[in-house]
Amino acid sequence: MQSKTKDLVPILEVNNLFASTENLPILKGVTISVNPGEIHAIMGRNGCGKSTLSKIIAGHPSYTITKGEIKFTGRDIRSLEPEVRAQSGIFLGFQYPIEIPGVSNLEFLRVATNARRKFLKKEELDTFDFEDLVKEKLDLVKMDSAFLSRSINQGFSGGEKKRNEILQMALLEPKIAILDETDSGLDIDALRIVASGIKKISNEETGIILITHYQRLLDEIKPDYVHVMSEGQIIKTGESDLALELEKHGYEWTDNCSKQL
Amino acid sequence: MVSENLVKDVVTEPYKYGFITDIETEKISKGLNEDTIRLISAKKEEPQYLLDFRLNAFRKWQKMKEPNWADLGYKEIDYQDIIYYSAPKQKEKISSLDEVDPKLLETFDKLGIPLTEQKKLTNVAVDAVFDSVSIATTFRKELAEQGVIFCSISEAVKDYSDLIEKYLGSVVPANDNYFAALNSAVFSDGSFVYIPKGVQCPMDLSSYFRINSGDSGQFERTLIIAEESSSVSYLEGCTAPMFDTNTLHAAVVELVALDNATIKYSTVQNWYAGNEEGVGGIFNFVTKRGKCLGKRSKISWSQVETGSAITWKYPSCLLLGEESVGEFYSVALTNNLQQADTGTKMIHIGPKTKSTIVSKGISAGKSVNSYRGLVKMSSKAIGSRNYSQCDSMLIGDQAAANTFPYIQSQQPNSEIEHEASTCRISEDQLFYLQSRGIEFEEAISMMVSGFCRDVFNQLPMEFAAEADKLLALKLEGSVG
Repeated sequence: MQSKTKDLVPILEVNNLFASTENLPILKGVTISVNPGEIHAIMGRNGCGKSTLSKIIAGHPSYTITKGEIKFTGRDIRSLEPEVRAQSGIFLGFQYPIEIPGVSNLEFLRVATNARRKFLKKEELDTFDFEDLVKEKLDLVKMDSAFLSRSINQGFSGGEKKRNEILQMALLEPKIAILDETDSGLDIDALRIVASGIKKISNEETGIILITHYQRLLDEIKPDYVHVMSEGQIIKTGESDLALELEKHGYEWTDNCSKQL
Repeated sequence: MVSENLVKDVVTEPYKYGFITDIETEKISKGLNEDTIRLISAKKEEPQYLLDFRLNAFRKWQKMKEPNWADLGYKEIDYQDIIYYSAPKQKEKISSLDEVDPKLLETFDKLGIPLTEQKKLTNVAVDAVFDSVSIATTFRKELAEQGVIFCSISEAVKDYSDLIEKYLGSVVPANDNYFAALNSAVFSDGSFVYIPKGVQCPMDLSSYFRINSGDSGQFERTLIIAEESSSVSYLEGCTAPMFDTNTLHAAVVELVALDNATIKYSTVQNWYAGNEEGVGGIFNFVTKRGKCLGKRSKISWSQVETGSAITWKYPSCLLLGEESVGEFYSVALTNNLQQADTGTKMIHIGPKTKSTIVSKGISAGKSVNSYRGLVKMSSKAIGSRNYSQCDSMLIGDQAAANTFPYIQSQQPNSEIEHEASTCRISEDQLFYLQSRGIEFEEAISMMVSGFCRDVFNQLPMEFAAEADKLLALKLEGSVG
């Protein structure tokens, strides 16, 4: 009860954000605020700036913020390195997780987990303790432990890569997870596994942003809010039924919204 | 791009072994002629055959031309402007380590090579070479109990003259190439190893080469002989102070393996590489060759080359014995304006001989890193096989990587396989690791170690850890 006021600090606040890459403006005034326990969905045509928004929040060096601010738990994070953002609890689930030959997945997961634990002032895990932890988390996404000994994402199928992302999320226990088209390229079974994994990891203290094109993910994970992005702006925000409308009418239906703006 | 700059910062790590030991030295004057050679030989009280060997090499060298086929560019070397003998002043005869100048012991201590009885490395015997002379060899008594000889080559000339006379120049003849001929004429010290028949050397043997003076060249000579059914693992490390002049290092290493013998030769080379503008640094022109003379003998080279302004080095195997095996595992890292032209030669002469080449080149900064290798199947090499894999990794967008594989086969009944790849550490790979909380430097170092793993797996355990650390150091910087 006492923590009510504390809960009012949003985990993530993006205020009137403008950003460009190689002098090409991509984001043109995005505002979004995510409170603890909330699930937000961002939908919109390819190229509208959804992925850019997620990468900028995670700190990708290729983009320049020209205006606006990003706050994480009340703190401006614009000048922080991507690794510091990650350690403090920002997680980006990539649309296209990249392959890194030669670096073992297990070693990678352990180093990443310990970096986060170090930030949280928790004891770092040695190889044995980490293996116990990772095996437990593997069950969440129904992954085989054979994946651990392979190089990061190398030779993984599309679905395996996405499950590996959710495994990382489970290990890092972020405060906010931005999942960029985690559902694309998944068959129905894999989608269920991923969705149930996300649900199990999140709780009333975490925030989630789902970037997606499809209603079927939102059938599994019901969002509190749905935002529609177009040409670098959020042009419409509603509750979960907005996604159903979109499914019915397509993005063309929202084109009028941008005209109204 | 921001990250391009970060990469630049990360690969610029100050050289940690650049200090100079202030010690009184005995140097001969600059320049090279027959008198210089006679003087060196006299200082070392050498027998006539060795003086003849030197003079013969010198006369051949004078008629030879410096090779220019490598992908290297450097200012002409003035061979008359080099001191060919420089030794720390010590008592005439040193009978124990206690009599070695403490400054020298301190120097090796600082380099992580403690020599004194209390502190010496527990399972590695070390021969420490300072400029032109060997100053100490540890564990000699323990090794002698097994009949293993491990001493400086100068001592070997005195005590095991018959072995020297028989094998010196038998693998790398005096007129083999320009730099080998120069070394044969003026070599000062180096290590000698003899493993008797049937003995598995009980510990790793190691030489540590330290260049201290700026105007003298280092010309060491190493000879390792493994008799029938014996085996030895030999490690070699090198460092030098930072001078803004270039120092010439022209070494010769000869290995001989008889029937069923195995020699494993590992190098971590970290000579001073020069500064970011390419001023100073060691010119490293080295001839290393092993002769698999006996049946089923095996010679394995592994090297981690991170230093020197210029590296010109091709550790090779002559596979004479039936079913003999040659191996070459290499990691070469270049940064700033370093240039490396390195690789191997596998000469298959005997039947059913096998060779494996795994080369990993990493180029950062504006450096040029070339692999150059020859695989030759002679007419008698029936049923012989070679496998080569040459991978290059580029860091940043100003470095260059080249691969020059030469293949010659006179034996249709033999197999040669060659694979090559080039990759670049991409911004997206780095961002992926960073976005999981992994620091930028660690991310680069993880990818580089991953790339080198095939080679590191071949290094002796302690060396592998050292190599991994060394690469991390070279790539570490002041980021964030």
